[in-house]
Amino acid sequence: MPEPGMPGAGRRWLPRSTEGWLTLVILVFGGVLGLATDTFLTFANLFDLLNISAFNAIMAVGLLVVLVAGGIDISFAVAASVVQYLTAVTVMQLGGGNWAIGLVLASAFGFMLGAINASLIYYFRIISIVVTIATFNIFFGLLMFFTRGRSIYDLPDWLLDRIIVFEFETPGGDFAFLTLPVVVMMAVVVATWLFLNRSSLGRQLYAMGDNAEGARRVGINIAAMHFLAYGWLGVCAGIGGLMQAHYVQEVVPNALYGRELDVLAAVVLGGARLGGGRGTILGALLGVTLVTMTQNGLNLMGVSPYAFQMVVGLVILVAITMSNLEGLEAFIRRFRSGRARAEAGRQG
Amino acid sequence: MPTWGFEAVRGGATDAAPRILAVEHVSKVFGGVQALVDVDFDVLEGEVHCLAGENGCGKSTLIKIVSGVHAPEPGAVLRFAGERVEGLTPVTARRLGIQVIWQDLALFPEMTVAENIAFEANLGGRPRWVDYGAMRRTAAQVLERLGVTLPTGRPLRELGIAQRQVVAIARALVAEARLVFMDEPTASLTQAETRALFEVVHRLKADGIATVFVSHRLAEVLEIAERVTVLRDGRMVGVYPAAELTQNRLAELMTGEAHEAVVRAQDRSAGRVVLEVEGLARAGEYEDVSFSLHAGEILGITGLLGAGRTEVAATLFGLTSPDRGDIRLDGRELRLGSNRDAIRSGIAYVSEDRLSLGLVQPQSISRNIAITVLDRLLGLLGLLDPEKERRLVAGWVDRLKIRIGRPEDAVATLSGGNQQRVVLAKWLATEPRLLILDSPTVGVDIGARAGIFQIVRELAASGLAILMISDEIPELYHNADRILHMRAGRLIGEFQPGEAPIEAIEAAVHA
Repeated sequence: MPEPGMPGAGRRWLPRSTEGWLTLVILVFGGVLGLATDTFLTFANLFDLLNISAFNAIMAVGLLVVLVAGGIDISFAVAASVVQYLTAVTVMQLGGGNWAIGLVLASAFGFMLGAINASLIYYFRIISIVVTIATFNIFFGLLMFFTRGRSIYDLPDWLLDRIIVFEFETPGGDFAFLTLPVVVMMAVVVATWLFLNRSSLGRQLYAMGDNAEGARRVGINIAAMHFLAYGWLGVCAGIGGLMQAHYVQEVVPNALYGRELDVLAAVVLGGARLGGGRGTILGALLGVTLVTMTQNGLNLMGVSPYAFQMVVGLVILVAITMSNLEGLEAFIRRFRSGRARAEAGRQG
Repeated sequence: MPTWGFEAVRGGATDAAPRILAVEHVSKVFGGVQALVDVDFDVLEGEVHCLAGENGCGKSTLIKIVSGVHAPEPGAVLRFAGERVEGLTPVTARRLGIQVIWQDLALFPEMTVAENIAFEANLGGRPRWVDYGAMRRTAAQVLERLGVTLPTGRPLRELGIAQRQVVAIARALVAEARLVFMDEPTASLTQAETRALFEVVHRLKADGIATVFVSHRLAEVLEIAERVTVLRDGRMVGVYPAAELTQNRLAELMTGEAHEAVVRAQDRSAGRVVLEVEGLARAGEYEDVSFSLHAGEILGITGLLGAGRTEVAATLFGLTSPDRGDIRLDGRELRLGSNRDAIRSGIAYVSEDRLSLGLVQPQSISRNIAITVLDRLLGLLGLLDPEKERRLVAGWVDRLKIRIGRPEDAVATLSGGNQQRVVLAKWLATEPRLLILDSPTVGVDIGARAGIFQIVRELAASGLAILMISDEIPELYHNADRILHMRAGRLIGEFQPGEAPIEAIEAAVHA
């Protein structure tokens, strides 16, 4: 019998953190998909999932930095498209370039676009969602205007050649392989983790998202923090954009349009709080995993692609409700006490 | 009528201890308004000093000047530890060892207690790696110095306000504070927590660290402080040894008016019973609560924080439902599904956190008052009738003597006392039969308090039944007809002010 008024009593076997919940959901869901299909739990499929979701994961950890700092960004996915275009045009002008030049350029263009957001938010005191909805439209509008909506196929060879980092033949005879984007994703994840959790600047970002006025009082440079957060996301978007262009071997101006909401949903699903101060890299990655897995699983089960978004939306709602234990508990208690009172009313 | 002129008491510290801070001839003008006029202020090393005065008297401005947030007008002289200081900024003030613990504490709820205490290690523009082990050690050391144990590994948000206060003090110590200003540190603490805070202040004193307290609570001021500097209307009234002051005398100095406390209590049991509560219980909150409240009666409920006072009020207002027991209003059984039902039944509830939850700060005074009774202000086509709203608002502004510019001004432009009146107006507009007041004077000046209680007494005289919850026994003693004492969720005593001496009640509650 749990003690009355003791929250948490009687559910000791359940996970306490969002990350714990997501892991549980992912394991159960993965098990179900493994039983329902022959293809889901194969090395080839799981490695493929990693390759496909590398781009989303890079964006997700970048977005996490902005969310933790108390902001939000809607423009990063189209910013990634802008970076793809600018980088492709620039390296072709430079006579081809190479990976190092490409990564440096993509990071620089990405940082620049992030800095535009940061300066609008900081210097004009406009809230971040309004600024980034506006820049989302501006970035995308400019891109469509200058490309006239046409894709670029004339890309340097280094970008087009698929780099396979690791490959092996599975017992079933398929080939499972990991590509360059996965390695870059891991590097970005580790760098962002170190930045947020182990560097003094990252802790200042958390502090600003947690209590902006308090951060100002202890002497944190709020302007610098804005450029750092949106710039970091910009760099992630730039690098992610380059990886996506590499993976699909073309630059399509509207390829990433709409991706910002998938990534945002995944990061929030991973426990990042809109409003700042709370959120972990692990959570963001688990969020991306669950969203990717849902789409992949539905695909393998032969569900109509038109139903995907609906199901992904439902999964997000269910997972977030489950991880918000206090809310769920309050709801159940209210429901029960309402029923008990109704019964008491009937007897009396 | 002011009975006290401005005595020019300069300096004040002539005894042995050297002065850690001494400011002279400090004036400050904000947009043509004189916030401070030629103020002198000094703090001795290791002293517990109190800065007293009503809101708007210039206390905050003075703190902001000595912590470098504002620059004083030319002519001011500022000395720290004997050295002349010019062009003070927040950064240089902190470097000197001047720390301010603002009322909102400026802490980071999502971070661990240890990181909050040792946050200094994260500061500065130069990036470096964070050493969590060193942070934990720093935190443990400082807490040991303060003689306090806190769960340093837990997120700050899991701590109560009193413990957060200690975290803020600990953070100031990490920054090598020599002089700590505490802005209303006890505003949201219970008496027991205030005791614990005083312990910490004594520890600071033992370490040679001076503390300047800003507080509205006179009893506390006199208990903790060695000297008291009183400000009024931006001017210095004087510096007084606390031992030579009484609460009444201090109130007079602060407001410039003589205050006399009268006990109002009467036996109102002959009046019509408005509220009857019988055997009310809610698991984990309160148990077996029974009392009745008559028309025209002010019934006080006191007890320590967590005694269940606010929880009972929440149930009476339909915010939570009881597990057992009956509530009768005017003899009729009440079954409240929500606070909408409560409002409809004639119950109004002015909550403790009214300033944050009870008012929509950026909206107009008019909107704030009218919000509870919008359905009565409808005119043609079911749209809001601005004329009806204007009349309603004007009526309440007049009746409660709310000092406003225009009804269209934002509530945020009003003083604490006037905001309190706006909240009262908002609820009184619903024409309640039962008014529940939870800690009605938190954040309200002494001068404004008298005005609030004047209104409360008048409301009672007009036949309203009032349930008043408060930590502050003196204010219950002087305004309530009866005082109920709650502890650990149960009613354990009842006092008649006037019959029982106030000391006996205080002793019983804090036992």
